[in-house]
Amino acid sequence: MSSRNEILSKIKQNQPDLLPLPDLSVLGTEQYDLVQKFTEILEGIGGKVLQVSNFEEIKKYIISNYPINARVISTLPEFSENKDWQIADPHKLKDADFLIIKGQFAVAENGAIWLTELEMGQRVAPFITQYLAIIIEKSAILPTMHQAYEQIGMSDYGFGVFLAGPSKTADIEQSLVLGAHGARGLVVFLV
Amino acid sequence: MKVALFIPCYIDQFYPKVGIATLQLLEKLGCEVVFPQNQTCCGQPMANSGYEHITGDCTKLFQDNFDDYDFVVSPSGSCTLHVKEHIPLKGKIYELIEFITDILKVESLEGEFKHKVGLHQSCHGQRGLKLSQMSELNAPFFSKPEQLLKNLKGLELVTLDRKDECCGFGGTFCVAEEAVSVRMGQDRLADHLKNGTEVLTGGDTSCLMHMEGIIRREKHSIKVMHIAEILNQAI
Amino acid sequence: MKTHSEAAEIFNKDFDRTTWHDETLYFVRQKRDKAAFQIKDWELLRETASSIKNNVLSNMHDYLLQFEENAIKNGIKIHWAADAKEHNEIVYGIISEYYKGEIPVDTFKGMVKSKSMLTEECHMNEFLAEKGIEVIDTDLGERIVQLAEEPPSHIVMPCIHWKKEEIGELFHKHLGTEKGNKDPQYLTEAARQHLRDKFLTRPIALTGVNFAVAETGEFVVCTNEGNADMGAHLADIHIASMGFEKIIPQKKHLGVFLRLLARSATGQPITTYSSHFKKPREGQQMHIVIVDNGRSTQLGREDFRNSLKCIRCAACFNTCPVYRRSGGHSYHNAVAGPIGSILAPNLDMRANADLPFASTLCGSCSNVCPVKIDIHQQLYKWRQVLVQEGYAPASKTLAMKGMSTVLSNPGIFKFSGKVGRMLMDKLPFLVNNNMNPWYKQREMPEPPEESFRDWYKKNRKK
Repeated sequence: MSSRNEILSKIKQNQPDLLPLPDLSVLGTEQYDLVQKFTEILEGIGGKVLQVSNFEEIKKYIISNYPINARVISTLPEFSENKDWQIADPHKLKDADFLIIKGQFAVAENGAIWLTELEMGQRVAPFITQYLAIIIEKSAILPTMHQAYEQIGMSDYGFGVFLAGPSKTADIEQSLVLGAHGARGLVVFLV
Repeated sequence: MKVALFIPCYIDQFYPKVGIATLQLLEKLGCEVVFPQNQTCCGQPMANSGYEHITGDCTKLFQDNFDDYDFVVSPSGSCTLHVKEHIPLKGKIYELIEFITDILKVESLEGEFKHKVGLHQSCHGQRGLKLSQMSELNAPFFSKPEQLLKNLKGLELVTLDRKDECCGFGGTFCVAEEAVSVRMGQDRLADHLKNGTEVLTGGDTSCLMHMEGIIRREKHSIKVMHIAEILNQAI
Repeated sequence: MKTHSEAAEIFNKDFDRTTWHDETLYFVRQKRDKAAFQIKDWELLRETASSIKNNVLSNMHDYLLQFEENAIKNGIKIHWAADAKEHNEIVYGIISEYYKGEIPVDTFKGMVKSKSMLTEECHMNEFLAEKGIEVIDTDLGERIVQLAEEPPSHIVMPCIHWKKEEIGELFHKHLGTEKGNKDPQYLTEAARQHLRDKFLTRPIALTGVNFAVAETGEFVVCTNEGNADMGAHLADIHIASMGFEKIIPQKKHLGVFLRLLARSATGQPITTYSSHFKKPREGQQMHIVIVDNGRSTQLGREDFRNSLKCIRCAACFNTCPVYRRSGGHSYHNAVAGPIGSILAPNLDMRANADLPFASTLCGSCSNVCPVKIDIHQQLYKWRQVLVQEGYAPASKTLAMKGMSTVLSNPGIFKFSGKVGRMLMDKLPFLVNNNMNPWYKQREMPEPPEESFRDWYKKNRKK
């Protein structure tokens, strides 16, 4: 505990006189066609965006694009009745092939989707799954990060993430490769 | 308008033609130009090397030479910036180009210079004195040197791949970090060569001296002229 | 240890590789420009971020207390480390305590770590290795340099100095990939499999911290690969190490920083994952180690304190013409590039006295900085401090004093100028030799007949 007080008292002694915080209200005035901007940006960073009108279309898409024997997990009863995985040891999700969840809202300027652990089922789920699908309501797309944090407000969560596209790396000679450690692919269904 | 000319030490000793062109150009633009005789140097070589604390005598000498004038003009962005930041004067110092565009309010110059000209933006002129917009900023374009060059008949301004990268001179950096300094100069020249520069120009003789040293060693065909020389010859 | 200029000279011996290194990084700078220029309020955003950070520096003490209080409420354990050694000991202590003082050496598999420049600064991996705890770096670039037993050369792209052929060779040796295969897709897949096994078997995960929010006690970690999350959400213990300057006042300020960070770093609109850790997972322990290690001293240096505003985007690296042509290792510091050159002297003036001189003071770094740190001005100021504190070579001081004498005496100046020109004119071998670094690869200026002042006397002076 001695270091704590020492550090804090040195900081107190050395910090400059108080300076004011800036006004953030002047930021985030961008006007976008929200669906178009979100789609353009997310596809630019490796995600796939599909506009659908109901869950049936989503099911059809999954069946025709992923193998029958894939392990599909979901927090949504429309896709899977099984909820056991949500309380199991997270390591047991190592063979999850496909996770389908609902996102709270999305951000047009950067293609990010806000998820908390409530939507994820398990914290590790959207990362450990091979492929990820997120459903977003079109009306839940906000222009910039400023509106996004306004939306989050002081809502409580243990863990939350802005997720934008599939996992990626360019560490080898700046060549973009999808699927570094997290999901190899992300498809977003706009309803 | 009466102006006092500050000719930096290395221009005085190695590039008198730049000083002469500056003086003649200012005279053509209607100025009365004087050269205070006891001037030497602004002290920048010492200050940039970490020895600002021993530049007191240089500063005093500079003030003795220039305090009687409202307008001090110098054909060097780098030295001008140093004086602006470190030597309090009764009047004010201007880099040559900014003096012509901002004080003499010259919008453009009539004349002829039939060459493909590559403009080197020296960092202290550009980022220090803001003679032109910087490529890093999301802000409207402007360029004071281009404003003066672009209307000269026959002059074609070369577009570079990297329009404002440093040439690597950097004062004592050019010898202390010789390898990187030379490599930076070589890369700047490669950009000019690739894009067809015949005459390499700029507002800082120090940058030009460095690149000219490489041009002559590597026997490139690019000719080097200070912007004052081009303008003085053209009009 | 080689000085920056010595190391840079070696780096530059391979002309083509220097070209490649320069062009690769300049490409990243261009991606940054493109992303930044798509935001109409970019400059206002930088100004706002700068003001927030200025406020943070001025209210650091209270924000840290507020953060601590809220984090504890959230169930996170907070530790304070005065220096690198204490940080490492705390990390070891957390592990040791979890196993009640008896780390099961036979079955214990160690730690996975996502990118944390602070642990590089503290040399934590080496410390833990000595205690028998293996640390696996899980960022692909960091894993590559770790296998090669090198430090990262760039804080965002740790192996930017490695070519894919070399990585192919390294992976062949360590991960058993097929010989000669240099395809980034193939190599990344191999690393994915290799590291997935580590994520699934390591009980301890350590991450860095990009932002810590005083208002809520949560912290944000940004990655593209997802390695921080794979580690943290599977491990029994999550340790997050942060320099105390990572604090920001309120959650809404994240909006400003997350808009700037990835665009400045790589030209992406945002990193793939911006993870907000607020409470430990059920059954998990979460610890934060708040580290000083010289930062409180830097906070007290008026000229240098705002280097603590840095959000580690490395935009200043990518734009720096010297960094691009000398490589990260020539800076011999965990953080290289322009920002490293103003941070390092605070840690050790003697060892890092060369770094503020590894710059032409071109100023591009300050222009790309998303929090508007006056980096090139600080380089200039560190030079003054280092010389005055006696860290300049005596020969240089002598030369500078000689120069000052000549330049402040017009009589001597006029005379020595003439002598100098004459020497070069008549006896070029005196200066045109390899003892003169100018002449190694450049010609000297051709000495003119007369100086400007002589011409002026003849032609203008009445």
